[in-house]
Amino acid sequence: MSVRQTGRAGSLLRSVIALVLMAGAHEALARSGTFPPALLPTLPAVGVALWSGIADGTLPLHAASTLYRVLAGMGLAIVLAVPLGILMGRVRAVEGFVLPLASALMPIPSLAWVPLFILWLGLGNATAIGIVLYAAAFPILLNVWSGVRAVNPLWVRAGSAMGAGAGALFWKVVLPGASPFIIAGLRQAFVRAWIAVVGAEMLAASDWGLGWVIFDAKEFLQADRMLASLAVIGLIGLAFERLVLGTLERTTVQRWGMVRQGKG
Amino acid sequence: MDYPTADCRLPTAGWRSILQTALPFLVVGALWEAVAHAGLFHPRLFPPLEAIAAQFVRLTISGILPHHAADTLIRLTAGFALAAVAGVVVGIVMGRWRLAEDVLLPPVSMAAPIPGIAYAPLFLLWFGPGSGSTVLLVAFVSTFPVIFNTWTGVKSVKEVWLRSAMAMGANGPRLFLKVVLPGALPYIVTGLRLGLAQAWRILVGVEMLAAVPWGLGWMIFGAREFLNTDVMLAGVVVIGVIGLALEKGVFQRLERYTVVRWGMMT
Repeated sequence: MSVRQTGRAGSLLRSVIALVLMAGAHEALARSGTFPPALLPTLPAVGVALWSGIADGTLPLHAASTLYRVLAGMGLAIVLAVPLGILMGRVRAVEGFVLPLASALMPIPSLAWVPLFILWLGLGNATAIGIVLYAAAFPILLNVWSGVRAVNPLWVRAGSAMGAGAGALFWKVVLPGASPFIIAGLRQAFVRAWIAVVGAEMLAASDWGLGWVIFDAKEFLQADRMLASLAVIGLIGLAFERLVLGTLERTTVQRWGMVRQGKG
Repeated sequence: MDYPTADCRLPTAGWRSILQTALPFLVVGALWEAVAHAGLFHPRLFPPLEAIAAQFVRLTISGILPHHAADTLIRLTAGFALAAVAGVVVGIVMGRWRLAEDVLLPPVSMAAPIPGIAYAPLFLLWFGPGSGSTVLLVAFVSTFPVIFNTWTGVKSVKEVWLRSAMAMGANGPRLFLKVVLPGALPYIVTGLRLGLAQAWRILVGVEMLAAVPWGLGWMIFGAREFLNTDVMLAGVVVIGVIGLALEKGVFQRLERYTVVRWGMMT
């Protein structure tokens, strides 16, 4: 036990030393003047850019509009894809109709639709939300579909033998039974939606959004602002995954004992 | 088991399944045509299918579309090849040496959760617009799944296999080639597959940002300036076909020939 603990402490120490050394190397390179500071800013400069963005309120606003687009698009995707996926899992004809279309559309990256959506929906929120919807819908659809099909038929029969009607069967057996797949689908959908929103914001410039900040910073050679925005994008993505999706997982499937606790 | 009847049934079943797969496309196509011809939207913005098909044929015969597609595929191949080599090497090093793991894991896990396309402007700033940045960015983005999966795979090689191989006299390189690598391969193949999917997902978007002279992404994005919706849709169709071919043709096959044949995965 103690050997293991010192091993863990040792590797933590080595990780910290490695990070400090890398930061030091970055600083040395940035200050040596090999590259212009506009392209390779020092770490304090990135920190200052991050802080001034937060202090004057622009960075939180950019983050809020990005989050709004992601949540609106994912919300729409959930509203559309979850019922459709359940229908696909339960009704053969729906499955036969939707599956070929979904398999044909899924390999098209969402960003390929950006120019078309710009023409159809104009620059701005509608295009970004549409792209997020496209990116998020397919993982949810396919996971819900496989989840519903993976529900043990024995549970359904046991439920109906105990007198559950169609409604109760659905809410108490099918939906909870499919929930590990549904949550996996939401996770996958969020990763794709997060890529899609940043790309859509860069391409369909709309003055607000973290993706737009990065793109705009390029025009003015502000690498410090770019790196600050990158850090915010990474942090929000990680926080959303850990807090929102992690909580959802803990309160449902882990509490019901359907999946084992993750390693953290 | 009545084989003759089964044989008789097979062709009709085949026809039926083809029809069943075609039906949704026919319905959606008919809807599209109805909307396009109803004049609800301007035909420039919502072209009928025959216009898209005509544009597709024209672009293919003139060699423009194949040129765009070839350049996109070359970038994908180059970027992914870089990512595969770098990712597998880094993953193996991380899986075998504790020091490398401690040093590399923090920066890798810090950079990985940021969506790849967000790095695009930075790469354009550092390496200039054009093909070079695109390939490097695609490589950078698709290395992460390769690194993580290779690392996990190498670490999950059973200690018993290693010890028994060593007891039978296998040393460094042989141990690595005959035990570690095949043991980690299912994970590595998964990582490569995820990496390729990742690369494909952002490549088209990066081409739009990087202003490359040729490439499907640029073709679609450029067509927007002239309201050539038919060119865009023809491009989207080609992108879909390439995506489907990557999924079905490259990786499902690779998996069948390696890990499934060795009985490590079914």
